[in-house]
Amino acid sequence: MSEPLTLFDKLWAAHEIVRRDDGEALLWVDRHYVHEGSFNAFSQIKARGARVAEPGLTFGVADHYVPTRGSRRVIDNPEIARMVRTLEENTAEHGITLFGLADPRQGIVHVVGPEQGLTLPGLLVVCGDSHTSTHGALGAYAFGIGASEVAHVLMTHTLWQRKPKRMRITVNGHLAAGIAAKDIVLTIIASIGADGATGHAVEFAGPAIRALSMEGRLTLCNMSIEAGARSGMVAPDETTFEYVKDRPYSPKGTAFEQAFEAWSALTTDDGAKFDREVELNAAAIAPIVTWGTSPQDALPIDASVPDPADEPDTARAKYLREALDYMGLMPGTKLTNIAIDRIFIGSCTNARIEDLRAAAAVLAGRVSKVPGLVSPGSSAVKRQAEEEGLDRTFRDAGLEWGESGCSMCVGINGDVVAPGERCASTTNRNFRGRQGPGARTHLMSPAMVAAAAVTGKLTDVRPLLSGRKV
Amino acid sequence: MDKFIRLTATACPLDVANLNTDQLLPARFLKVPRSAGLATALLRDLRFDSDGRERPDFPLNRPAWRDARIIVGARNFGCGSSREAAVYALFDYGIRCVIAPSFGEIFAGNAVQNGLLTAVASDDEAAALVAMLGENPNRLVTVDLEQQMIQCGDRSFHFAIDPVRRTRLLNGWDNIALTGSYIDKIAAFRRADRARRPWAAPAKPE
Repeated sequence: MSEPLTLFDKLWAAHEIVRRDDGEALLWVDRHYVHEGSFNAFSQIKARGARVAEPGLTFGVADHYVPTRGSRRVIDNPEIARMVRTLEENTAEHGITLFGLADPRQGIVHVVGPEQGLTLPGLLVVCGDSHTSTHGALGAYAFGIGASEVAHVLMTHTLWQRKPKRMRITVNGHLAAGIAAKDIVLTIIASIGADGATGHAVEFAGPAIRALSMEGRLTLCNMSIEAGARSGMVAPDETTFEYVKDRPYSPKGTAFEQAFEAWSALTTDDGAKFDREVELNAAAIAPIVTWGTSPQDALPIDASVPDPADEPDTARAKYLREALDYMGLMPGTKLTNIAIDRIFIGSCTNARIEDLRAAAAVLAGRVSKVPGLVSPGSSAVKRQAEEEGLDRTFRDAGLEWGESGCSMCVGINGDVVAPGERCASTTNRNFRGRQGPGARTHLMSPAMVAAAAVTGKLTDVRPLLSGRKV
Repeated sequence: MDKFIRLTATACPLDVANLNTDQLLPARFLKVPRSAGLATALLRDLRFDSDGRERPDFPLNRPAWRDARIIVGARNFGCGSSREAAVYALFDYGIRCVIAPSFGEIFAGNAVQNGLLTAVASDDEAAALVAMLGENPNRLVTVDLEQQMIQCGDRSFHFAIDPVRRTRLLNGWDNIALTGSYIDKIAAFRRADRARRPWAAPAKPE
């Protein structure tokens, strides 16, 4: 009998070209996504006079800098226009398929990859973006890389890595009504810390994970990096195969049958060893929001923000004071007493069709007390949402229905939260200044953001769902 | 790439846990090409107020630490986004080594690509260094990569680093040049893999 293996062990082994005596392994890359921010890497390969090794396995997406409000025909800001143009030039020069600004397939790279059937179970996927962990939801080994590594992949389609440790996070039981994948992942991060999974490849497992839709799994794996893990993954199952089938770039016919056989083996064997195991009870997970400046600063909605005076650890007390000061919050404030200035529904974390449906279910027939932007995760998601009439729900509530891109999650396209403004956001990072200098971000699920819009304060969404079809 | 062997320099404490790459280099500077330099953008919103005036209390603005080449940080230094420009900004400012109890993984990988040493010290050692520098900001710190030792005053201790990264920094080695010697192995893997996993290549969309 061979030794039982984890899902991650199997994914790693399938991509190892060589392993040196010092432990570094050269890995084969199946998919490489590039975006406007990859310009440094293209400059590096140009300086070396090199070519892209596998343009057929490399795909470009315009997302980080593209406008998400108003017309996209002309980009007013010349610096931002140059970023989008540079991506067009670099991909054209190297024969790389680009889902550019005007392409109907355009969207956020971590939405588009799975949506187009480019990301598949069993693949090794990299991109110069930390949220590449998202793609692990399909049972892929996917992780973010820096510009020098992007250049290395462009030139060789390989990457040197040391095998990370293995961690399994099991969520037992079943989620209560009104609880989303975002609540699971924020609860995990609050529990293990922003560096709780550093050095590990994380497999999410257990009945509550199995019960998640593909959209939910993508949200979960997306935020693995906020717990320190470069990659997170879910073993592929029927939900995965149904999702992958018949997508534009996914295998067809015999190739699909071969793939299906290979994918079905991508599970963790009974008795396989993990370096670390964490277990959670799904039934104990409540709607959760962040109050501070790290995703680990998350609390159930019925809690109050911490009081540094109650904290015995002086370093921790200092951290709490600074975070509360930046967030403009008095110690001990009830979360449900925190008034917001705007909302944002978007990003690679929570802007897929299911996320928009969840927010619209809360907003239907109601009006938002604050202004806000809804930016669909991809142009395809936008079209589908419009077919379903979700755009009307958002507009009728007084919210802006925008275009697809990274938008107000990172603010580099110019869509920012003003200094001192408080934003209820479906995004992934509540870091200082993340949504714009001085911006104050509270992270939560799409339904919770919609609830905050309706009341103008951080709010438990559950009473607002009563009698509604979700 | 420059080699890193041994460095004796002033060291600036930045005792902030989870100091993420959005702080090290705010996203609005990501458009700046590498050649333009990013020293002034480093920690921009912590070093300067919204009118562009220096915040005098920020450690890197204090006279003793302005020219620091070493930073002593706290847990999870460089977590967050994969932006390698966070490393460029540190490097352009003159920083060659960050000592911290732990690092964001992508940041640490980016650092070695640019000759920046990420030295892992225990929580206690890092805290002790921060305290010593607080007492005497002019104290020099020596980081010896060959010996894997950090010395400050009469205190010296061992630090951790991945041995492969240590070798690369000591020699100033570049990964791309190294991979060149594996070209045949890569080609052989590619051929065998195409036969083994024909489904792994993207299908032609209809």
